[in-house]
Amino acid sequence: MGLQIAFWILAVVSVVAALAVVSLRNIFRAALFLILCFFAIAGIYVTMGADFLAGAQVLIYVGAIGVLIIFAIMLTREGREGSPSGRLRVPALLIALIFLITMVLVVTGTDWGAVTEGSSGPTTSAIAEAIFGEDSGFVLAFEIAAALILAAIIGAIVLVRDK
Amino acid sequence: MPSELVLAIFLLPFFSFAIISFIIRPFFNHRPLLSWYVTIAAIGTSLVLSIWALIAVSGAPHHVLEMPNYEWVAIGDTVIYVGVTVDALAAAMLIVVTVVSLMVQIYSRGYMKGDGGLCRYFAFMSLFTGSMLGLVLADNLLFLFLFWEGVGLCSYLLIGFWYHKPEAARAAMKAFLVTRLGDFGFLAAILLLYTKTGTFDIGELQNLALAGAIGSTALTWAAIGIFSGAVGKSAQFPLHTWLPDAMEGPTPVSALIHAATMVAAGVYLVARMFPVFVSSTTAITTVAIIGGFTAIFAASMGLVMNDIKRVLAYSTISQLGYMMLGLGAVGVGVSSGAISLEAGLALGVAVGIFHLFTHAFFKSLLFLGAGSVSHATETFDMREMGGLRKAMPWTFIMFVIASLSLAGIWLLAGFWSKEGILAESLHYVPVLFYLAIITVFMTAFYMFRVIFLTFGGEYRGQAHGNHGLHESPLVMLLPMGVLTVLAVVAGFLGVNEFLGGESHSFFGALTHSLAWTSLIWAAGGIFLAYAIYGAKWLSAASLRQRFAPIYTLLSRKYWFDELYERLFLMRFLIDGFFAVLHWFDDHIIDGAVNGIAGGTVAAGSVVRKLETGQLQAYGLAIFIGILVIVAFVFIFN
Amino acid sequence: MAIGLEHFLILSAVLFAIGLYGVLAKRNVVVILMSIEIMLSAVNIAMVAFSRYGQFITGQVFVIFIMVVAAAEAAVGLALIIAIYRRRKTVDADKFDLMKW
Repeated sequence: MGLQIAFWILAVVSVVAALAVVSLRNIFRAALFLILCFFAIAGIYVTMGADFLAGAQVLIYVGAIGVLIIFAIMLTREGREGSPSGRLRVPALLIALIFLITMVLVVTGTDWGAVTEGSSGPTTSAIAEAIFGEDSGFVLAFEIAAALILAAIIGAIVLVRDK
Repeated sequence: MPSELVLAIFLLPFFSFAIISFIIRPFFNHRPLLSWYVTIAAIGTSLVLSIWALIAVSGAPHHVLEMPNYEWVAIGDTVIYVGVTVDALAAAMLIVVTVVSLMVQIYSRGYMKGDGGLCRYFAFMSLFTGSMLGLVLADNLLFLFLFWEGVGLCSYLLIGFWYHKPEAARAAMKAFLVTRLGDFGFLAAILLLYTKTGTFDIGELQNLALAGAIGSTALTWAAIGIFSGAVGKSAQFPLHTWLPDAMEGPTPVSALIHAATMVAAGVYLVARMFPVFVSSTTAITTVAIIGGFTAIFAASMGLVMNDIKRVLAYSTISQLGYMMLGLGAVGVGVSSGAISLEAGLALGVAVGIFHLFTHAFFKSLLFLGAGSVSHATETFDMREMGGLRKAMPWTFIMFVIASLSLAGIWLLAGFWSKEGILAESLHYVPVLFYLAIITVFMTAFYMFRVIFLTFGGEYRGQAHGNHGLHESPLVMLLPMGVLTVLAVVAGFLGVNEFLGGESHSFFGALTHSLAWTSLIWAAGGIFLAYAIYGAKWLSAASLRQRFAPIYTLLSRKYWFDELYERLFLMRFLIDGFFAVLHWFDDHIIDGAVNGIAGGTVAAGSVVRKLETGQLQAYGLAIFIGILVIVAFVFIFN
Repeated sequence: MAIGLEHFLILSAVLFAIGLYGVLAKRNVVVILMSIEIMLSAVNIAMVAFSRYGQFITGQVFVIFIMVVAAAEAAVGLALIIAIYRRRKTVDADKFDLMKW
């Protein structure tokens, strides 16, 4: 029961926040609403029992990416421009709606065979087991992800460095 | 006789051409006489081989030598052969061509002395002789056509030999283009016959035609097409306009090509394809009519010309008309049933080719004589000549003998051959006979007008340089002498019987009234010429005034040149038809091509607008694509 | 009504659609980047939902990797935006048309 209420509140908040991000004129406020959206999504993770991921979401998205975006906004202030709509907003709206309708139709039309059991406790060890365990093999992906981050760091530094 | 030697008859002059063009002219141009030696060697050998062939043919059964066929080109299942035929007709023609060609080459050494393009001259002369010999020997129409075009080409090259002269260049072009009209009909006929019979071989075609295996309409068209080629090459009406202009070329060229051999190729073609012609009454009647008409038509123009070579040119056209008339008359007789097929075929060929044979000798002699005269006086205009009989006695005598032969005086070769034609035409096409007999009068008249103007009276021109008037050198006189002898005795060589005609006796001919008729008309012509130009009882100038309209008509050549060139060519074709085609080419064809190009560019500039460079537009397009794919999967699954 | 898999998936679809609109329709590139982050988060939600209702942990492992990539991409993307801003003094997407015909 509580879970349902939580889910609905969090779902509405995240959707409204996302709408705010894409429609507000003031970029800064849009960024703040983005952070709110991320928080709501973290809450949704919790309702699904993914505790580790909720923490990771807050850490990474809110802590790192959100701050990064605010920095970028500050550094690229355009004054009165703000965040106007582009020329393609009508076609984009159309496409987005069609996409949404399609997905809803697919989702409701498919028999997922889903199990409605409760969540199975803390997931951290399960995730760790899945990544580093002996029979499952995500170690390589893990290492590649690390290399990816390294490359991204180096790339970002090179891009913005003063000559 | 081995077949390789028969092939050598026409291949040797080709080798001579090749040697002169590729070895002598590039490397030995400072010694042009080398090319003369090579030419003489080649043609001389061909002459010897031709005599051998003649002897072989006389002894062979049916007067035919069997020769092998060679495969020329194979296209899928169709094979085109080439081969040679040596029969009486071919053998006689070989003699004519080699003898006259050899004499002309010897003469050329004297006449063309000092000319800068001597190597080129002898190269083309060799090429011509080879082509003419090949034409005579060819046994299928395609092979013949090859050489037909070859002689046309050489005619063009040699008429325009002095290509710096604009008149010569124009005349060469005119010759080539007018004969081309005829050649077009010839080629169409060859192809028509091929589609109807599947063969180019002349022998097979003759048999098929006689057996009636070719439909009569197709046969008539084919025969007329072949005849149109002959009309072009032999300068018959209406394609006669090129031959007088062709006199711009060197005189030996006129003697060889435009008197004796190339123009005779048309007559030869009709004779060769005679069975095809007699199988179609329309065609053979056309041959006779055009021949008879051309004879008198050309002779009428020859009456008033002031240039020796022009007179001789019209005389040639007229005599060729005679040959066609002879062939046509006998052919009419055959197709109307008045004479049996076998006898008629042989007789027709004999009558026409006999006159070709004799004509070749005396006409080429006349041209060489004219050249001899111009060698001394440096002009061809008879108004500036006169009294040359004293300075050039040998030329004078030979010229007179040749003229008498041409006029058809008894004993000389021309008499016998002309008698044959007159007899046959009287027999089968009497209307044309009257035209022909009047032409006899005209022929005698204009030839002796030439003689009186050139050799009679006193010299009217300006003596030139430090030479004065003198006889031509021996190297020019000897060939003329040989031809004179032939012009006299050619009637007694048994050529007529050899070709299949009837024999005639020496004095027996005088018992026929026809012989006396033609002799009286000829004598009349000679007398009238003497009256006007010799003894001057009548004044030429006053005659010209009295008959002024006729004189204008004749001297302007019945305005045919104007008709063809100014009216038809310039106004009708160039300004009319060609202008339309030009417009079509410019606007429609170029328009279509440019239109396609322009359309492509326009389409490109429209489609280019899609490339906005803006990421969001591209992103939108990607997503639309994804949705479309999803829709497809959804629908078809 | 019990919260089922469909609820989470529909939520994910809605967020994805909103993010899609933002990517295609906004002119400020920073906002475009923010919309991309929203899209990625929506995918994460779907992943976790499958993991939870399919009773396997692999979905959540995948989400970790998606987060890694999202972070790296946000870093590099923002670095690019700053570099472009320094050159051309604008972050208007309509002005970036050097690849125009």
